[in-house]
Amino acid sequence: MRITSKKILIAGLLIGFFLKNVYADTILLQSTTSTANSGLYEVILPIFTASTGIHVHVVASGTGQAITNAMNGDGDVLLVHAKSAEEKFVRDGYGVQRFDVMYNDFVIVGPNNDPADIRGAQNAVKALTHISQNQSIFISRGDNSGTHRKEISLWQMSGINPLKFSGAWYRETGSGMGATLNIASGMNAYTLTDRATWLNFKNRGHLEILSESDSELFNQYGVVLVNPVLHPKVNVESARKFINWILSADGQLAIASYKIDGQQLFFPNPQP
Amino acid sequence: MQNFGQAFHLAGELVVSADSVLLEIIGLSLRVSLTAVFIACVIGLPIGAALAIGRFPARGLVIVTVNALMGLPPVVVGLVVYMTISNAGPLGWLQLLYTPTAMIIAQTILITPIVIALSREVLEQLYIEYNELFRSMSVSRIMTVRALLWDARFSLMTVALAGFGRAVAEVGAVIIVGGNINHLTRVMTTAIALETSKGDLALALALGIVLLIIALSINGALMALKITTTKFSHA
Amino acid sequence: MPNSNRENPLLPCSVRHLTYTVDNDSLVNDLSLDLKQGGLTVIVGPNGAGKSLFMRLLHGLVPATTGTIEWGSTQNSNSARINQAMVFQRPILLRRSVQANIEFVLKSRSKYSKEIVIEVLHTVGLENKLSTAAHLLSGGEQQRLALARALSLKPKVLFLDEPTANIDPASTMKIENVLRKTDMQGTKIILVTHDMPQAKRLADDVIFMHRGKIVEHTPANTFFKNPYSDIGRRFIAGELIA
Repeated sequence: MRITSKKILIAGLLIGFFLKNVYADTILLQSTTSTANSGLYEVILPIFTASTGIHVHVVASGTGQAITNAMNGDGDVLLVHAKSAEEKFVRDGYGVQRFDVMYNDFVIVGPNNDPADIRGAQNAVKALTHISQNQSIFISRGDNSGTHRKEISLWQMSGINPLKFSGAWYRETGSGMGATLNIASGMNAYTLTDRATWLNFKNRGHLEILSESDSELFNQYGVVLVNPVLHPKVNVESARKFINWILSADGQLAIASYKIDGQQLFFPNPQP
Repeated sequence: MQNFGQAFHLAGELVVSADSVLLEIIGLSLRVSLTAVFIACVIGLPIGAALAIGRFPARGLVIVTVNALMGLPPVVVGLVVYMTISNAGPLGWLQLLYTPTAMIIAQTILITPIVIALSREVLEQLYIEYNELFRSMSVSRIMTVRALLWDARFSLMTVALAGFGRAVAEVGAVIIVGGNINHLTRVMTTAIALETSKGDLALALALGIVLLIIALSINGALMALKITTTKFSHA
Repeated sequence: MPNSNRENPLLPCSVRHLTYTVDNDSLVNDLSLDLKQGGLTVIVGPNGAGKSLFMRLLHGLVPATTGTIEWGSTQNSNSARINQAMVFQRPILLRRSVQANIEFVLKSRSKYSKEIVIEVLHTVGLENKLSTAAHLLSGGEQQRLALARALSLKPKVLFLDEPTANIDPASTMKIENVLRKTDMQGTKIILVTHDMPQAKRLADDVIFMHRGKIVEHTPANTFFKNPYSDIGRRFIAGELIA
């Protein structure tokens, strides 16, 4: 066939297109919707890219789905906030090593008229007890996420089993934090949420923070490299650079710099 | 009510300002869904035609199955495609996960049954009309199919539009296989889902309005095309 | 007028013991017939006699239950059908223009030429409506188009099933003239009609059917003046035959 200049141009464009995809350095980060919805990544990732030239693609889903995706090798780095699940991930050979990255806290939000009077409760466990006694509507994530596991542990400490009341005043959404907050807002109900998602959430209705600052409400985020021995396609070099960066002083600075209305959302605490 | 008013206002602002992020998202939505419709038609129209004119023992069963597949839940399609192209899956080596190509594949799977089922219905009607003449004149099967496809082209365009509507409106499949990655695999519907989960209902609704405007424009353009072509030619 | 000068390869046609049965009901029952060269054959009979069905069996559109049909030297209905054409009672036209309708059948046989299209449309008087959408034509014009389309393939046998039943007299006249000319050119024409005056105008020989059987097959002159059968006589007289 005749080699026309038009064909050369098209071939050149196609090659350039493929080269761009092959050689542009990217890693894929599996994270949770609550972390992504907080807006953190829009702040810290450009800083990382500017410094290293590595682009980070974020896939945000529920904690369980993020971990499953990482187990399948569909990502290079896992960043969630479910410490025991992350440790199991490494123990079972799916991840190389787990590091603490940052923490924030959970808060209990509810209707501003506070029918269960949890504002007066000394701590989160007592707050949940008030809610149960008052049979006020409480929305649970119900999806085995980090937030959900924290909520379950609080109920366990209170000695109350809320599942007995599932469908009555205890409503399980099986959804992400955003959807759950939408439902809580729509039902003017109580729910447990991480502070970062709440600060960034725009559909608050009549809800406000009613219980906070309890040491039990500590929310730890961890980062893990997906095991390249199990999944050879992992972009090990760039993923390591990302993990090192986020644990470094530069990364910590970037995390701490993210504020909404003067409030810091995440507090770096890097430690193996 | 406050959200609705805000939403319309926002939608107007977005459209007028031609916000570049919005344009990127719209562009990807159209690219993914239009490609999926195109492939679905290339695959589905001949099959629909074959089903319309073919007579074979399992024909009824095939038609019932294809009709049922029109109801495939997008999230199920997304899940199956994900499991196939995941690094842990049989086609992981293709490295298609979290790319627009994966989204096109998922949507094509979703709408091909629609194209087959609806085109079969349309073409069978026409075939019944032409059948005796074609048999009398010993017209070959291939020429029969070509005649049916051409003469029914306006109805088939509607079939393609139905497929496009289904594709551009779904979120379950593309969010799983695409990952809603910013600047890479974010389309209108996944953006709406994202803004909803952030509680920004006005923006989510505004994006929805923009999506509707696009769908209206495409349908309007095709209607205009149909009117002008029927007016000026009788071929 | 019968014209036996041109040899028609599909003739003589010999039908033996032709039967078509559906649900134990023989709609056409043990028919036997010989069609010799030439002549315009008209099939008449009361409603429900099986005339249209018989013609569809002859044309191979309907498969016989038992019996044989031989066209010239071949028993293969598919190869015979290639050289036949049929005009249906309600014209089946493609949703296209007048000329596209003719083009389609010619192209399907790889016989397309613009000349044939013009010539055949001229024959039926539609040469001024080449680009008109077929569905916009009047009933008579549509039937003329159907006839033109059938003739464009130069069939050796032309079947017509009550072609002028629902159309205007002017178109009827045009069609009858074309049929006469086509007969003269050697095409065997077999026509079903309820229009007795039309039958008298056109027929060279008549097949009279009743209840799925051929009652008589007679030269036209004889049939219309003095039919052999009693039923035939009553039919000509205008009686209702059940």
